[in-house]
Amino acid sequence: MIAHAETTPPARHPLVSFILRWVLTTNHKEIGTLYLCLSFTLFLIAGAMAMIFRAELAQPGLQFITADFYNQMLTLHGLIMVFGAVMPAFVGLANWMIPMMIGAPDMALPRLNNFSFWILPFAFFLLLSSLFMEGGAPNFGWTLYAPLSTTYGPPSTDFLIFGIHLMGISSILGAINIIVTIFNLRAPGMTLMKMPLFVWTWLVTAFLLIMAMPVLAGVVTMMLTDRHFGTSFFEASGGGDPLIFQHVFWFFGHPEVYIMILPGFGIASQIIPTFARKPLFGYASMVYATVAIAGLSFVVWGHHMFATGMPLAAELFFMYATMLIAVPTGVKVFNWVATMWRGSMTFETPMLFAIGFVVMFTIGGFSGLMLAITPADFQYHDTFFVVAHLHYVLYPGAIFATMGAVYYWLPKWTGNMYDERLGKIHFWSAVIGLNLTFFPMHFVGLAGMPRRIVDYALPYAGLNLFTTLGAWMLGLTQLLFLYIVIKTIRGGEKATDQVWESAEGLEWTVPSPAPHHTFDTPPRVE
Amino acid sequence: MGSNSSESGATFALPEGFQDFTRDWSADKQTFQVPWGKAMMWIFLLSDTFIFACFLTSYMNVRMSTRVPWPNPSEVFALSFGGDPIPLILIAIMTFILITSSGTMALAVNYGYRQDRAKTAALMFITAAFGATFVGMQAFEWVKLIVEEGVRPWGNPMGAAQFGSSFFMITGFHGAHVSIGVIYLSVVALKVLKGDYEASGNYEIVEITGLYWHFVDLVWVFIFAFFYLW
Ligand SMILES: [Cu+2]
Repeated sequence: MIAHAETTPPARHPLVSFILRWVLTTNHKEIGTLYLCLSFTLFLIAGAMAMIFRAELAQPGLQFITADFYNQMLTLHGLIMVFGAVMPAFVGLANWMIPMMIGAPDMALPRLNNFSFWILPFAFFLLLSSLFMEGGAPNFGWTLYAPLSTTYGPPSTDFLIFGIHLMGISSILGAINIIVTIFNLRAPGMTLMKMPLFVWTWLVTAFLLIMAMPVLAGVVTMMLTDRHFGTSFFEASGGGDPLIFQHVFWFFGHPEVYIMILPGFGIASQIIPTFARKPLFGYASMVYATVAIAGLSFVVWGHHMFATGMPLAAELFFMYATMLIAVPTGVKVFNWVATMWRGSMTFETPMLFAIGFVVMFTIGGFSGLMLAITPADFQYHDTFFVVAHLHYVLYPGAIFATMGAVYYWLPKWTGNMYDERLGKIHFWSAVIGLNLTFFPMHFVGLAGMPRRIVDYALPYAGLNLFTTLGAWMLGLTQLLFLYIVIKTIRGGEKATDQVWESAEGLEWTVPSPAPHHTFDTPPRVE
Repeated sequence: MGSNSSESGATFALPEGFQDFTRDWSADKQTFQVPWGKAMMWIFLLSDTFIFACFLTSYMNVRMSTRVPWPNPSEVFALSFGGDPIPLILIAIMTFILITSSGTMALAVNYGYRQDRAKTAALMFITAAFGATFVGMQAFEWVKLIVEEGVRPWGNPMGAAQFGSSFFMITGFHGAHVSIGVIYLSVVALKVLKGDYEASGNYEIVEITGLYWHFVDLVWVFIFAFFYLW
């Protein structure tokens, strides 16, 4: 690389060449790093927003911010966490690990890869710039329900719409790249049923992205035409139907939930066997369960709309279909537990995050089953119980899984071991913060506290204070994570190529740190 | 094991039946023997299917839930050549043109694989011309609806307001697809003519372009059935 730079004629300023290197890179490892950096930045931004509105919710009444600003924070927190933090983090991990796990030299379409990353900063620039516009940022919740987002949306809603279009293009191109890589670039001998589960879950996720993101693009396009071209898809006064918005949005929205969870399943299935020192229990059933979950995810969207007055037959269908998802998910949880059963386990930080994921995700899964029961949902709907459920599913499922993955693969990426003691402190403070934040929400939700409202009745005050303290603890803890990662990049105990004693897979056969190009000649998988 | 391959003794046979399907999926490296470009196009078309499905289902929903009568397509889309208006005549011609263009596209793919540059490029240009004609007639239809019949996205004199919403949205989105297809076809045809693919001898790009074009045709068949015939 250095020799190459010397032969290029014009001597560039070092800063310029540094920027150009990252802007023009087509290397899967560098693009993976870019994705992870962007994702973590947005994670901190969206987390700070949550801390702002939690500070407001510490006590009843209005203390710090206006109701409108509260709504803006709520909306941007949801949108940025979903599209900015979780999805790019998984794409970053996919970029880093999929080629190394299947023995490919790079992604199949490197320039497309570069393009799909560099769209994203602009998408989020559009979205975040809406905060500084007249009328403020979008303030109708991340679900963008019409007519709040059409008739009553602030002017900045259009920036949100185009931001979503850009994110959608980026996701679809990224998904195409991943599918083509997995289908065409596997090393000889790497049959589909030998692929690591992280690769399998990402393959299924990529198909979900291909099918779900266009629906979101379609529905926000209809929002746009309703706002500016006089159409009335969602405008009841023009003969339209606001409920179509909900149907189409949740047809996207439910698969989106699995887009945010399936790669996490894959990560847990990589980490747990390594530290239990046993092969994964029921590999094939894991694959089939992943595919089954993905298939079912397209026929359950109605469970978000039980309270909208659906026909009884539809309510029954969506209730049973939703409960059916618990079966393949249960298979997975059972398999992880069976993998750990009688294993010689050690509890390094990645393993702690994986176990934390399994335990707390299961709690979220159970509250999901409660919400799936239609008559009970009439009681739970739009209360903090739903907030508790979705955060118990997504925080362990997406964030813990990603952090576990970073601890797991960071020695391979940087060549240095992270600080185990700090990693454990990070894990335990995150677990305590998480449960302190979200567990009380179950109770206030069951007691009837509505979600999305800036003020609340006095009886909910005590538990909300707990939640706020937990949220601040959880947020500040993540700065420790940033410190640990930077410290590991800058130095530390050297990692071996194998890194973890009984880790299996092609990524552990390459040196640590992984060189710029891996697998120039494909390895042979037996 | 397919019985054919064992009889002929061939080492490579096209996948056949469910057993061969699973064998292909569990194979060494490639799945389906699909090259990258073609795989990309198929996956893109899958995503495009969902976006059109999103618009068409929304249209069906507004159409079924409307309280105001829906304008009668046979009357709205009628055209008169001096005499009595003929229902749907323009749409029928447009559909005919688009279906024909699928035929010329299929021929172009065939000649592409025979590496007949001139005929491939000529047939692709003909396909693009058909596509351009289609878009032209659609523009004519839009002008007629907007200027003469007063259809707007937010209303029309004949009935339900959402008629205009759905019509402009769906045909506009499809028309954009056809227009992009015309550009795409022309670019690839020019490159074929210039001999850009001679070095590799690989004319797969013609088939990939064809996949896109057939998809756009197929979508039109659905729009035709659901919007004009319903
Ligand atoms: Cu759902």
